[in-house]
Amino acid sequence: MLGFASALVTAALILVEANQEQELTMQIVYYGLAYMALFAVAHLAVRKWAPYADPVILPCVALLNGLGLVMIHRIDLANEGEVFAGELYSAKAPKQVLWTAVALILFCLVLKFVSDHRTLAKYGYTAGLVGLVALILPGILPSFIAPEINGAKIWLTFGAFSIQPGEFAKILLMVFFAAFLVSKRDLFTAAGRQFLGLDLPRARDLGPLVAAWAVGVSIMVLQKDLGSSLLFFGIVLVLLYVATERAAWVVVGLVLFSGGAVVAWKLFNHVQQRVSNWLDPLATYDLPGGGFQIAQSLFGLGTGGIFGAGLGAGRPDLIPEANTDFITSAIGEELGFVGLSAMLLVYMVFSMRGLRSAIAVRDSFGKLLGGGLSFALCFQVFIVVGGVTKLIPMTGITAPFLSYGGSSLLANYVLVALLLRISDAARGPKVVPKPKPQQPAIADQYTVMVERPK
Amino acid sequence: MNTPLRRVGIAMMVMILLLMGNATYVQVIKADDYRKDDHNRQRVLLNEYSRERGQIIASDGTPIANVKATDDSYRYQRVYANGPAYAPVTGYYSLTYGSGGVERIEDDLLNGSDDRLFARRLSDVITGRDPKGASLQLTVDPKVQQTAYDEMTTRGFTGSVVALNPQTGAILGMVSTPSYDPNRLASHDGDEQEKAWQEYTAEGGDQPTLNRAVQATYPPGSTWKVVVAAAALEDGKTKDTQLTAAPTITLPNTNTQLPNFNETNCGSGSTASMEEALARSCNTAFAELAGELGEQKLTKQANKFGMNDKELTVPQTVAASTYGPVPDKAALFQSGIGQRVVDMTPLENAVIAGTIANGGVRMKPYLVQKLIAPDLSVIDETKPDEAEDAISPQTANTLRDMMLKSETNTGGEGRLTGVNIASKTGTAEHGVDPAAVPPHAWYIAFAPAEKPTIAVAVIVENGGDRGLGATGGKVAAPVGRAVIGAYLAGR
Repeated sequence: MLGFASALVTAALILVEANQEQELTMQIVYYGLAYMALFAVAHLAVRKWAPYADPVILPCVALLNGLGLVMIHRIDLANEGEVFAGELYSAKAPKQVLWTAVALILFCLVLKFVSDHRTLAKYGYTAGLVGLVALILPGILPSFIAPEINGAKIWLTFGAFSIQPGEFAKILLMVFFAAFLVSKRDLFTAAGRQFLGLDLPRARDLGPLVAAWAVGVSIMVLQKDLGSSLLFFGIVLVLLYVATERAAWVVVGLVLFSGGAVVAWKLFNHVQQRVSNWLDPLATYDLPGGGFQIAQSLFGLGTGGIFGAGLGAGRPDLIPEANTDFITSAIGEELGFVGLSAMLLVYMVFSMRGLRSAIAVRDSFGKLLGGGLSFALCFQVFIVVGGVTKLIPMTGITAPFLSYGGSSLLANYVLVALLLRISDAARGPKVVPKPKPQQPAIADQYTVMVERPK
Repeated sequence: MNTPLRRVGIAMMVMILLLMGNATYVQVIKADDYRKDDHNRQRVLLNEYSRERGQIIASDGTPIANVKATDDSYRYQRVYANGPAYAPVTGYYSLTYGSGGVERIEDDLLNGSDDRLFARRLSDVITGRDPKGASLQLTVDPKVQQTAYDEMTTRGFTGSVVALNPQTGAILGMVSTPSYDPNRLASHDGDEQEKAWQEYTAEGGDQPTLNRAVQATYPPGSTWKVVVAAAALEDGKTKDTQLTAAPTITLPNTNTQLPNFNETNCGSGSTASMEEALARSCNTAFAELAGELGEQKLTKQANKFGMNDKELTVPQTVAASTYGPVPDKAALFQSGIGQRVVDMTPLENAVIAGTIANGGVRMKPYLVQKLIAPDLSVIDETKPDEAEDAISPQTANTLRDMMLKSETNTGGEGRLTGVNIASKTGTAEHGVDPAAVPPHAWYIAFAPAEKPTIAVAVIVENGGDRGLGATGGKVAAPVGRAVIGAYLAGR
């Protein structure tokens, strides 16, 4: 399957080159081989450190990641020689290839050192703390190290490269929530008072959870990163629901969310803008910060139609940010509805396999973490693809594995490594404790002549 | 914990399904709206221009319009092999000024978005080939087209030549002069395009972009006499029916004189047979004949020949050629010699000649022979379409004989040896003061008379190089004969 994914990706790359440059160079072969080698290493790492892991997940990731690289390269070609904001456009694909390599190393390391996901549960509070700090950091640091880009203050820059600590915080906080909920699970369902038919846990049990959630969400809002806060919120809700098996939490959560959304809409200008762009992108087409981007995305998708313009034959470079948040509309334009749906199905297969592992795994923490990770992935896809296709208001967020961006890639590879670890535990043979040698029943014991001591 | 996990799984699937549903809405249902949105022009145009547009080729495979790869963002430039000669056939394809002619009408096919190419587009997506446009094979014969264009331009004529295959209606040649060079309009240099466009569309200029063959109508003059004769023959008269030979008559209820050419008697007697009257192109005889037949019969016959058809496309829209309405008896007389209430396109006159040549069966004219997919398979081929039985085969035979006589009586250069041409000339007056304006010179013909394979109509506006003294025979006939000669010589 990995070979199949590689072949697909290389074929896509060839198409892009052929369409954009009208010639094929040996470079393609090197790219293809490099890509194949990277994933061969990843594959071997999985075989070695998680031999029973789900065999479908890694090829799915490889396919998405490869397709993302091809698309980024394709947009590089289109933007070659253009000047953006006074700077000559620099190719993004080589950087992304580098990030992929780094991400795969990280992936292998996680697989090797987290040999049992249950150990993570022990570091739940640590993870939560680190995650929170990571989340807060860009918000409070001065802007020379944490500049505001596109209205969101979520980056940390160190010289040439920048990271989004929020991406990692997402996973860390998920570990924390999972660990926390598992340890307090019984309390959640048993203790506490009844309120409107809902078993409320005791405040001191609920406290850390609510605090973490509130701090997380408010920080997200302060940093103006709506997409991530939506994602974060959804994950917490699902973890809570799975842990408590109480649908009421979902209701409460949705009510809270609706309230929060209305408040945010009332308070924040940029939220109002997003909403009006969503309602009618053409009406705000020419306004600054208006519907231009979404409209272009829709035009691209519409022009692509059912079968798309063909790789390298569309004009996805007309959409601003086509290589990050809007990469799925670039795919929709060039591969059409068919390609976009195929891509969505790959995401679905991927997250469903993750979820299955979560269901199959035997420990609660694994179930919760696996379910959370799978849901996070799927929900993130929903938020970004829904945004670019005008199903929901656009909230800046990356498409996992597809978009350009190192942090997102690194974090998502950690996510996959954890999922594989959980699935390895789920599918692996039960580690049966060695049966104790049984004592035959006393009655069956044969009598022995005990010699009288002399 | 597994039940909620399963439910979460269902929620995840629902999310993906929602996305796919919405993608369906955006990319399938609303796709056309988005594609055609004004804000999206840039993308559509860039896409279209950078697609390899289909070729336009002549009936023998000679490329007329092609593409050349460029290294700018449009990627392909339209190139016309012999631009001015074929401009009325191809039209133009400009990035700034849109397109015209076949380029415009068959744009969906040429740019590859036509539904008939759907299956191929699908396979293009799968195999990743660049979508290409389909090619058009026209019915145009390069020898005919080139000869007609050269004949007209070397003499500096303004006018048009149309040649048809009478048996099928296939257009063998369609020339309009003066012409323009579509290569200049297809230039990727915006200034060059603009300069050419200004030049070609200049107010008061000689309208090179006007396709006179199908867009301009002229009084047919004496060429119309074949239609009057056809109506008379269908009405029971014969070629020997005697008509007046008077050198001049007075139009009914007026003092206006209607004379024969040079006010000569029609032959030697006091009456002349219809055959002789047509051969000598006697105006008085046909004016009276028209008066006798009446508007109704003439209109009926005219319509059978394809007059008053507002819907004809070849695929260029053909301006309606009109007969009538006839306001009074005087006009009816004048209509008998193709003046006043008669106006026709050169194409229509070629159709009339072709109908007679084809034993009275009018074939629908067409210009596109085949649609050829990028993989060279034939998507569609035009089948000859019988439009109407305009006249009986007997009438057609009689008319052919009469037109053979007419050709012998016609002067002008360029007579062909070894080929019998059946023809009729026309010298049509026009303008407010007809005596002061050089007449339009017409020539309609088909050959070989025994088994016609080509029918032509030639019009030279405003007397060509002969001024007031121009006649169809002197000015237009040589062009028509040269075209027939070129076509028959090449077979």
